[in-house]
Amino acid sequence: MSGLVLFAHQFRYDQKVFWRNPASVFFTVAFPVILLLIFATVFGGQTVNVRGGIKTTAYYVPAIITLAVISATMQSLAMSLVIAREDGRLKRGRGTPMPAWVFISGRIGNSGVVALLMLAVIAGLGRVLYGVAIPWSQLPAIVITLLVGAAAFSCLGIALTAAIPSQDAAAPIVNALLLPLYFLSGVFIPDDQLPNGVIHFADAFPIRHFFEAFFAVYDPGNTGASLEWGNLAIVAVWGVAGLILATRFFRWTPRGG
Amino acid sequence: MRGQGSPTQKGSWSQPASPARRIASALADPVISIRGLRKSYGEFEAVGGVDLEVRAGEVFAFLGPNGAGKTTTVEILEGYRKRSGGEVSVLGEDPERAGRSWRERIGIVLQNCRLDPYLTVRESLGLYAGYYSAPRPVDEVVELVGLGGKADARTGGLSGGQQRRLDVGMALVGDPELLFLDEPTTGFDPSARRHAWDTIAGLRDLGKTVFLTTHYMDEAQRLADRVTIISRGEIVASGTPEDLGHRDSLPTTISYRLDGEEVSVETTNPVADLHELTGRAVEQGLVLEGLEVTRPNLEDVYLSLTGEEESG
Repeated sequence: MSGLVLFAHQFRYDQKVFWRNPASVFFTVAFPVILLLIFATVFGGQTVNVRGGIKTTAYYVPAIITLAVISATMQSLAMSLVIAREDGRLKRGRGTPMPAWVFISGRIGNSGVVALLMLAVIAGLGRVLYGVAIPWSQLPAIVITLLVGAAAFSCLGIALTAAIPSQDAAAPIVNALLLPLYFLSGVFIPDDQLPNGVIHFADAFPIRHFFEAFFAVYDPGNTGASLEWGNLAIVAVWGVAGLILATRFFRWTPRGG
Repeated sequence: MRGQGSPTQKGSWSQPASPARRIASALADPVISIRGLRKSYGEFEAVGGVDLEVRAGEVFAFLGPNGAGKTTTVEILEGYRKRSGGEVSVLGEDPERAGRSWRERIGIVLQNCRLDPYLTVRESLGLYAGYYSAPRPVDEVVELVGLGGKADARTGGLSGGQQRRLDVGMALVGDPELLFLDEPTTGFDPSARRHAWDTIAGLRDLGKTVFLTTHYMDEAQRLADRVTIISRGEIVASGTPEDLGHRDSLPTTISYRLDGEEVSVETTNPVADLHELTGRAVEQGLVLEGLEVTRPNLEDVYLSLTGEEESG
């Protein structure tokens, strides 16, 4: 049986399970939308002092897309893989002829599709509700940035499972890592209000770089080639580090019981 | 005998394999062959030199108390764990090095494994069917494991016994030659166990070879053609459920109450002794209250072999 047929089979079931799981639908799909509505309502009408001053909504649309992509990939994969591992479902799957790469790539494919969908949803809402133009001319750059980010944060999510000992520990560990970094990286608080020291600290991690890369390609005022190769390279390096850690430390058998 | 099935019942799990079947399977190449298998975790030796053979088409029970080394052994056979020493062959291959074509031929029911709660029974089987090159039709497997009425129910709503039968179905959907069942009925109520037993007995009717681990003597007795008892990592007895531990040659107990006094006699010639006893009772008009003839049950044999009473 060809690998592609197996991949399509696995992907189809992963999609089914994703959309039926209320937790994944809420945290990955609904939560970013809610955040966008809250931030736009609370801070709407103000300006953010970046790139010569832009509307807060023009700032928050790419910020929430950044969060939504990380949520669909790193957060969603880390949570669902730990739950499946501790349920014994990964171990059961390893007892079948299904190759490991099919399983993993099915999950990553699922995350990638959800990330793409969330990009479209947040960008569409930004356009319709807040008049934030969709930079169609930057579409290729947006797609490349999304691909690099989704791949890197997927690898990081899979690597992170090795540090999560149980199902109960999954949400606290994932949130303890991501939530502070969203604040420090300017995703929740516009970065003109963040002290320089905070920005430098956040620069050590991939979220800030992914946000900057995405912000640059999404900024409608930014014409011409705006791929942020430097920022994308740092995100990619983090992704490769995650991939190496994942191949070394990812486990298929439950850690508890 | 408790819960004896009627002779017309499908699966007839209370019947041992026919002599013809036993002979045929004894002549075939072993499906599983283990020589001197050892497994240590640091200082602790979980399995210390196990030899056994399982032949095609038989239901083999690996019986022992918790912590005896059953799961360690079965997970070595399934390719999940590496052994510390000895030789292991499963379907002609070493499980440590076997690949996808070998996995096409085996089915595994793990001791602890939950189902995906967001899939239905049919979808769970469909997901696993897609992993194999020549699976059984999903609807056929649904019927085989007795979940016909639940095919479109989400697995989260199934009872423990139904979930376990779906586990068996997922191991069966690839149409493997050999099935591993690790403690398939632990924690079940009697009715759920009966259903699970029917399903497992049905596997024999399909011609599958079954390697079953259990710590229930009655389970081994009901289901298995041959039983091997393991205790503290070593095999202590092996045989058919009837002759295990030379149960046939052990004395029979005749017990009754006479004038309110309990009487219990052990005999190796129960037919003659019982005839004499009841003959005299009838002559003298005595009532032998609570008259009972008991053969040593497998549990007595099992407890003495595994040394469960003396441990502590």
